[in-house]
Amino acid sequence: MDLDNNLKSVKHKIVILSGKGGVGKSTVATQIALSLKQQGLKVGVLDVDLCGPSIPRMLNVEDKDIHQSSQGWVPVYPDPSQTLAVMSIAFLLNKKDDPVVWRGPKKNAMIKQFLSDVVWGDLDYLIIDTPPGTSDEHITVVEGLQGYNPDGAVLVTTPQAVAVGDVRRELTFCRKTKLPVLGVVENMSGFVCPHCAECSNVFSKGGGEALAREFNIPFLGCVPLDPQLSQCLENGQSFVEAFSSSPSAQILNKIAETLHQRTAMNGSIS
Amino acid sequence: MSEKPENAPEHCPGTESEDAGKSSACQGCPNQNICSSAKPKGPDPDLAVIQERLSSVKHKILVLSGKGGVGKSTVTSMLARGLALDDNLQVGILDVDICGPSIPRVMGLEGEQVHQSGSGWSPVYVEDNLGVMSAGFLLSSPDDAIIWRGPKKNGLIKQFLRDVDWEDTNYLVIDTPPGTSDEHLSVVQYLQNAVIDGAVIVTTPQEVSLMDVRKEINFCKKVKLPIIGVIENMSGFICPSCKNESQIFPPTTGGAEKMAEDMKVPFLGKLPLDPRIGKCCDEGTSFFEEFPDSPAVTSYQQIIKGIRRYCNEDDHMDTS
Repeated sequence: MDLDNNLKSVKHKIVILSGKGGVGKSTVATQIALSLKQQGLKVGVLDVDLCGPSIPRMLNVEDKDIHQSSQGWVPVYPDPSQTLAVMSIAFLLNKKDDPVVWRGPKKNAMIKQFLSDVVWGDLDYLIIDTPPGTSDEHITVVEGLQGYNPDGAVLVTTPQAVAVGDVRRELTFCRKTKLPVLGVVENMSGFVCPHCAECSNVFSKGGGEALAREFNIPFLGCVPLDPQLSQCLENGQSFVEAFSSSPSAQILNKIAETLHQRTAMNGSIS
Repeated sequence: MSEKPENAPEHCPGTESEDAGKSSACQGCPNQNICSSAKPKGPDPDLAVIQERLSSVKHKILVLSGKGGVGKSTVTSMLARGLALDDNLQVGILDVDICGPSIPRVMGLEGEQVHQSGSGWSPVYVEDNLGVMSAGFLLSSPDDAIIWRGPKKNGLIKQFLRDVDWEDTNYLVIDTPPGTSDEHLSVVQYLQNAVIDGAVIVTTPQEVSLMDVRKEINFCKKVKLPIIGVIENMSGFICPSCKNESQIFPPTTGGAEKMAEDMKVPFLGKLPLDPRIGKCCDEGTSFFEEFPDSPAVTSYQQIIKGIRRYCNEDDHMDTS
């Protein structure tokens, strides 16, 4: 796949995966991106979930359009500093409630275009958010990144066995496609009741950590449930910035820092 | 309908055309292989086979959501188990989530395999009156991944619809993956002659979910799939210690009930976030049997009554 040069100016590419839906891929993708941005890095977020694109709302750019330049599509910048760039199919829809009812081949064509035609500029990190599964979108993204040395994948799961069961399959996907695994995040890991401070394991506990141990991959951390995180995502506010002292924000910041340290050792390649 | 992919050449005949993949314009197009290997156009004989096969299934219900992780498989299994509590009903679950088949685990059937009989593929039976079919039964290990593009997934879904012998079934509940793509189009397309009663749409209360669910509702309207109603799952968490309620997934834009009202579709009810439900799903046990006094059981029973009423069943349930 000839993808011109637009990915060459991106130093590090991280894919956020999970076999399972609703575990917090978009949440983790946006908060890692915001955390890295806070550290002074230039970050892009590419949302290849074509049926359920959540990224624009979470980054407060829901009703934006994209523009064409002579070099390709200009991503959406949430703020004038242009240190965070966003691309999603949501920007191409006429009405936000319009479903994208496409079969695989059409989805693949769109994703290839996202990878080749977006003028990212000099980015330190491109975070690629994916839909759940091991199908067209995932195969096309991995194929598209071949030759551009992706740093690897972050796998997100919730603690319970039903989720971990799907994430095992995603690990198999990574192995078969030779995509390195940077680590596992266990999201929605415990809920501290705001009334009495009792911690409940709403979605069980420990499954993500056990999976990481079993497959000998780095465990990046447990992110507890926090209604303020949900609230921020709803409103497009940066949770890691607004509630930086909360346990969930601390862990998300730590995950971003760990990824930065690990991938910085890869150097800038391409 | 003539679909032209973004990367198609100028004179692309369209992916649905009879010349798809075969015309001179197709040379060098990256999609050529996919288009030319598609079945020739004209009435698909399998549609009639599927119609015949499913003629013994009285009611077919699709469980959909635009959003992942809202509880489609959980709701599918609970609806099916709840229906099967009535010994007079024969119930089936068909899991068409090929990449992430959760149903085997949730129903306590992990490790089971599909059996062929003279009359087709046999569902795996949890109870005498509750049978299950899933792509998960085709995998030999829990780590096996089905890494297929759309056309191959469609082929398996068609096989499920055509070859599984449900015998006489009152309710077939069909679990789907999130989204509005191959699996959903294929199920609707292959069942076009076989009458689907309607779709039950599952969501959680927050806008990030509702955004995707509105798309799903519009998908249903676009393909003329009736909507039985919307269920709001994970609606409030009762702390087991202090019994106070917390909204872990806050309904910042009014929740599913308001969305259903705005989109003029029925609202079936709310289900609370009870950690014991997730635990039963992990263990493959029946929440109805383990925790019959839970408020969630009452909510499910109300929802099942609503669904049965919609399907014109007599309004009674044998819960003994």
